[in-house]
This record gives sequence, C-alpha cells and structure tokens, in this order.
Amino acid sequence: MTLAAAFFYLFAAITVASAFKVISAKNPVHAVLYLILAFFNAAGLFVLLGAEFLAMILVVVYVGAVAVLFLFVVMMLDVDFAQLRAGFMKNATLGFTVGMIVLAEIVFFVATQFLKPGALPAGLVRAAPIPQGITNTEALGRVLYTKYVYFFQGAGLILLVAMIGAIVLTLRHKPNVRRQNISEQNARTKSTAMDVIKVPSGGYNIPDKAAAKVAAE
Amino acid sequence: MPQSTLLMDYLPIAIFLGVAGVIGMALMVAPFLLAVRNPDSEKVSAYECGFNAFDDARMKFDVRFYLVSILFIIFDLEVAFLFPWAVAFKSVGAFGFWSMMTFLGVLTVGFAYEWRKGALDWD
Amino acid sequence: MPRYLVELAPLHSELILIIGAMVLLLWGAFRPETERQADIISWAAIGVLALAGIVLARQPLGNNTLFDGSFRFDAFARYVKMIVIISSAGALLLAPNDARRGKYLKFEYAVLLLLATAGMLMMISANDLISLYLSLELQSLALYVLAAFKRDDVRSSEAGLKYFVLGALSSGMLLYGASLVYGFTGATNFNDIAAVALTKGAGQNIGLIFGLVFLMVGLAFKISAVPFHMWTPDVYEGAPTPVTALFAAAPKAAAFALLTRVMITAFGGIKPQWQQIIIFLSIASMVLGAVAAIGQTNVKRLLAYSSIGNMGFVLVGLAAASPEGIEGVLIYLATYLVMTLGAFAVVLCMRRRSGPVEEIADLAGLATTNPGMAATMAIMMFSLAGIPPLAGFWGKYYVFLAAVKADLWPLAIIGVVASVVGAFYYIRIVIVMYVNDAKSGAENRFMRVPLRESTVMALACLITLLGFLPFPLRNGSLGDWIIATASAAARSLFG
Repeated sequence: MTLAAAFFYLFAAITVASAFKVISAKNPVHAVLYLILAFFNAAGLFVLLGAEFLAMILVVVYVGAVAVLFLFVVMMLDVDFAQLRAGFMKNATLGFTVGMIVLAEIVFFVATQFLKPGALPAGLVRAAPIPQGITNTEALGRVLYTKYVYFFQGAGLILLVAMIGAIVLTLRHKPNVRRQNISEQNARTKSTAMDVIKVPSGGYNIPDKAAAKVAAE
Repeated sequence: MPQSTLLMDYLPIAIFLGVAGVIGMALMVAPFLLAVRNPDSEKVSAYECGFNAFDDARMKFDVRFYLVSILFIIFDLEVAFLFPWAVAFKSVGAFGFWSMMTFLGVLTVGFAYEWRKGALDWD
Repeated sequence: MPRYLVELAPLHSELILIIGAMVLLLWGAFRPETERQADIISWAAIGVLALAGIVLARQPLGNNTLFDGSFRFDAFARYVKMIVIISSAGALLLAPNDARRGKYLKFEYAVLLLLATAGMLMMISANDLISLYLSLELQSLALYVLAAFKRDDVRSSEAGLKYFVLGALSSGMLLYGASLVYGFTGATNFNDIAAVALTKGAGQNIGLIFGLVFLMVGLAFKISAVPFHMWTPDVYEGAPTPVTALFAAAPKAAAFALLTRVMITAFGGIKPQWQQIIIFLSIASMVLGAVAAIGQTNVKRLLAYSSIGNMGFVLVGLAAASPEGIEGVLIYLATYLVMTLGAFAVVLCMRRRSGPVEEIADLAGLATTNPGMAATMAIMMFSLAGIPPLAGFWGKYYVFLAAVKADLWPLAIIGVVASVVGAFYYIRIVIVMYVNDAKSGAENRFMRVPLRESTVMALACLITLLGFLPFPLRNGSLGDWIIATASAAARSLFG
C-alpha cells in the first residue's frame, strides 16, 4: 500500500498547489486551467478512495462541462486585470488576517480530534458500508433510484429550474432575423407558392392585381 | 472488491499518464536545448496578415455561449445519472425503471420548453 | 387512485405544485407569448396554489414519514406549509400589474414561483440532511432567478447576482456543516442524528459542534439574521417589488421552519450548545433591525430592516426551545406574513404617472390624497410596531411570554426595548402620511389603486384589525383558531 500512499501524496500535493494557483494566477484563463488540474487530481484522490464513479463524473462533468462554462464566463466578463490587482493589494491585510484565523481554527480543530478521538460512542456512529463483490457504480445505482428516489427526483427538479432560469435570464432573440422554418417550407404547395401571371406580349402592361403582388414582395 | 485489486486496475492508466507526462515534458524541454534561437523584434511580434495587431486578442464573448454551455451541463448531468441506472438496471426493478422515466420526463418538459423558446437556435 | 399515489398522500400538495408548474410551463411555451397569456397563466398558478392548499388542509395528520424518514408530514409541517402557500399566492396576486407596467411580465414568473413554493414545502418537511439541502437549493435557485427577473434593469440584475453569490456562499457553509455532522454522527436522518446527539458527551464533541455551527450559519443566511443579513437591504431594494413581497414572507417562513426542525428534532440533545447562538442571533437581529432602519429613506430598504428585526423577534421564540416558544414562533410567522403582504401591497401602489417611487417622503400627505392606502399602511405599521390589539402584538406577546417562561428574562427585556425603538420608525411613516402636507400638482398624485392590490390590502387590514379581537366567527375568533392550531403544531414537533 506504499504505492497508494505515494500516489495520495502526489495527487494531494498537486491539488493543493493548483488550488493555490487558481486564486493567485494573474490571468483568469490560467486560473481556470489550474482549476481543471485540481479537478483531475481530485478525481485521482477519489479513485484512491475506491469511489470510481465519482472520479469519472468529476472528469466528465467538471472538466468536460463546468470548466468550459467557467472559461466562457471568464471571457464574457472581460476582466480588467490591473484593476483587480489593485483591489487585491488594498484588501490583502484583511484577507490575510481572516485566512490566518481560519487556518488557526482548522489546526485547532484537527489537533483536538487527534488528541481526543472517539468522543462519541462507536455503537451509534456507523460508517457507510463498503459493498463487496459489486462495482462502485452498481452499488450507487442500486440505491439511487429506489431508496433515494426522493432525492433523485429533487435533483431533476433543480435541473429543470436551472434550465428555465438560464433561458429566462439570458435568452434574447435579435429582431429581424429570418429563421428557417422547415415545416412551413414543407407545407408549401403549388397554389401557395406560385402565381401564374399572364403577361400580354408586346409591352410592360402587367395587370394591376399582379403588379400589386410583385410590389408587395 | 478489495481496494488493492481495484487500484491495480488503474495501474495501466497511471503508467500511461506517466509516459504521456514524460513525452510531453521532453518535447517542451528539448527546444530549449536543441533549437537555434535568433530573435529580433519583428520575428517575435504578433503576426496578423501583414498588419500590426489592431488590439488585444481577448474580446468579450457573446452571452449566448454561456446559455449553450449551461444547457449542455444540464444534459451532461442527466446522462451522468443514466450510467449507474444502466449498470444496476437488473436489480432496480420496475420501480427503478419508472423512477428514471419520471426524471427523464421532467427534463423532457424542460427540453420542450427550451426548444419552443428557440434557445436551441443560434439567432 | 393508484396505490402508489395513495402511499404518497403526504406529498400531494408538493406534487400538485410541481405538476402544475410543468403543465403551465408547456402551456406557456406552446402558446404565443403575449401579456394576456402571461396573465392567464398567473391566474392558473394561483388556482394551482389554491388546489394545493385545499389538498393540504384536508390531509389527515398522523406521524407520516416517507422515503425512509427523509420526508416528514406532521401538524407543524401542515401549519407552516399553509402559511407559505397563502403568502406565495398573495405575492403572485400582486405581481402581474407591476410586471405589466415594468415590462417584465412573462409567464415564467408564475412557473418559477410555483417551483420555488414546492421547494419551500419540501424544506418544511425535510427530515434529512440531503432533503434539507436539495429542497433549499430548489427554492433558492428559483428565487435567484426571480430576483433578477427584470433583467434589463441594472438594479434587479445586481440584486439577483448579490443574492446568488451570497446564497451560494451560505449553501457552501451549510454543506460543510452537513458533511461534518454526517462524519461525526454517521447519519443524515434527523432522528438518527438526534439519537447520537442525545448520548452523553455529544455536547463536548468539537466536530459535531462545528458541523452544527456551520449548519446554523447557512440557515441564518436564509432567514437573514444578523450578522448574516448583509444581502437583505440591497436585494430587497433592487428586486422587483412583487418579488420583494415574496422574499419577505414565504421563504422566511420556510427557512425558519427548517431551522426549527433541525434544532429541535436533530439537535434537541445538545440544546445548550445551539441555544446560545440563537440568543446571540436574536439579540443582534432585533437591535440592528431597530437601529439601522431609523436612517432609511427608501421604503423597501426600511421594510428589509424591518424583516431583519422581525426575524430577531421570531428567534426569541426558538431560543426558548419549548413548545410554548415554538407556538409563539408559529403565531408570529402567521401574523408577520399578513402584515408584510399588506405593507408591500401599499408599496406597489406608490406609482405616479411618471413611474414608481419608493421614498418615504413620497408618502407625504397620503391621508388626504388617498385615505384608503394611508389607512392600510398605518394599520400595517402600527401592527408591525406591536401595538395592541392588532395582530402584530400577539405574535410578540407569545414569543416574549415563552422567553420569560424559559427564564430568558434578559432576552425578553432586550426584545421589548428593541420593539419600542422599532416603533419609532414605523410611526414616523404614519406621521409622514398624516401630518406632512402633500406636494401639489397632478403629477405628484399616485395612480388609482388596482383591484388586485386593493383586495390584498383589504384582506390584510381585516385580519390585522379584527383577527385577534374577540369577534366570534363560529367558535371563537380567527386569532383563537390560529393560536390553537399553532399550539397543536408546536407540540407535534416535540411529540
């Protein structure tokens, strides 16, 4: 298991380092790229824990879709780097203080837990059972759609709200755009699309009704 | 499945990533050692069809890209939910089947709305 | 009815809202988009809410849990759900007129409101950390969109963005807390967590306490208790007024019910640990709500501070952590909802020919130009100030009574002082309306009060004025009925 431990430290170190670069990179596009690196390494950590499905979803959904969304948003916002940095320096002291307080709290918290483990009775605290003989994905599938159906459908509703919200807030149609309407095209018949105009020979003497039609088009 | 065998399954991927990393690094480092470098200001300036660059290459993206990608994420997540369902299909029974159909039904309602609103048209 | 639908009986009102929302969504999408269509759909949505309310009222009680105990339907849930449905319907009734004039009338408004209401109902029944989070996200996501609904208006977009960013932050804290609680108790179900919290030494477990605190921070954001209130004035001011009317009533009640259930059901065993935090939140909210509102000139901002202060008063009841305290909470929430809707109906009618106005000074001389509106506003303000025998007094009376019974004398005294200070700015509005002179000129007159707004105003006045008077309906007044129902609901939580 030393190999697994080595990989854990490798993934963990890269995750922390790239997470740090996400907030310190000057160029927001670089920050997003570091975020993708962090996602990949977090996926590696999930694999080490045996949560294969989560690892793959992290890669598919976060790297494949969310990171792309971030890139679009970063590019859409057109961030002014110089201005951002000025703000950063102005608030650096405050940010540093708050960060230190949080760090101290975390250290304090971790230390207490290591010094005094198992304060709660072990009989009541149950770890989630690790399924034997089936894959991680199947173990999830067996409970997600039956035992946890309420949460599953709730997630579906949240996705529906997200869909409606995105459309309500951002969809705009440009005026005067002529779209292709396939059903309208298919519904055209000879009688709706064509007019046979009798043009008397020898002159431009088009009948009045046909002339109006030509002018209207 | 014991954890060690699970991790052994991933060993080829780890080796593959290692090899890919080595090759990638090699290709990035090699030019520094081997290539002839003789820059001048004209060579390193941005080339834009013989003109000087007009402005910054970064420009505002249209908000419509955002709409497209958020709609993509929603359906991406929907597909992510389909994987465990397909894997465990035999054990979830009729209830699991209809549970997924309801989920898909809710999102199909959203899809119909999206389509009718013209969110799938570019203009 | 098919068997599975019968089994889902406690969930029927949520199902009605969700199915109704989806039908209306499709209806709106497949019909030409006109304002008339949007108006019809909002009426239909009110119908859906009414149907859900009727089904809810007829739903028999009992100790109903569904889905392995992650959904719980009891008298408490039914009471708060009723409040939420009524205030959502009221807020929806107020929306179309303002939306038509502000040119943001779209049918999605009603659909999102229905989905948000469904989320709130699920919050009230949440009995598991996962259903807590999912339902909270369902309602918040819909509300973020509603806040930014007037998307061509910079202030509305800003309000939506602020609400979203701070809401996402609070959700993050809540999730962190939930994961700590799960890690240290090994359970997500409230009853299982309660079993662990009841064991000896649970109160000394730092991990559990950390999780509890983070959960409370996340929920305090949602009820905008000080010091997590920063978003409230900006969002209330920027969002379209009907949306603000919604924000001030229904989500507050739902989030408060959720907080109550988490504290009483899941963490009842470590009461001393959370009680002190609730007391702090309560005092800070009451004091800040009273003091910060004094300097406000914008009516919507003032009502935002008023809602912060009111949440402080409701927290007094939760701090007592007794059935009497929860009873006070429930009575307070019911009266607060009526007063808020009434006050916002008046704000919605502050519209001149040139457009809507929101300054307190614009109300000058309203008593002569529009006596009905002025009287409504005066009644709402007196009631919010807690002057007997108006409805607002009784909410305060019951929470303070519970605090005294629970030996929280200092809290009750601070509360009374804060409500006296708060009375100052409520009464200032009344003075502006009744003493100051109106600006002359037809362009300074408000436009005629539309029918829907006047209906809401009249109902709110009726309930606030007469609700708690010994005015016999069939057996006792409306107030007696509310108190009796609230009492039964509060006991169901402790049962």
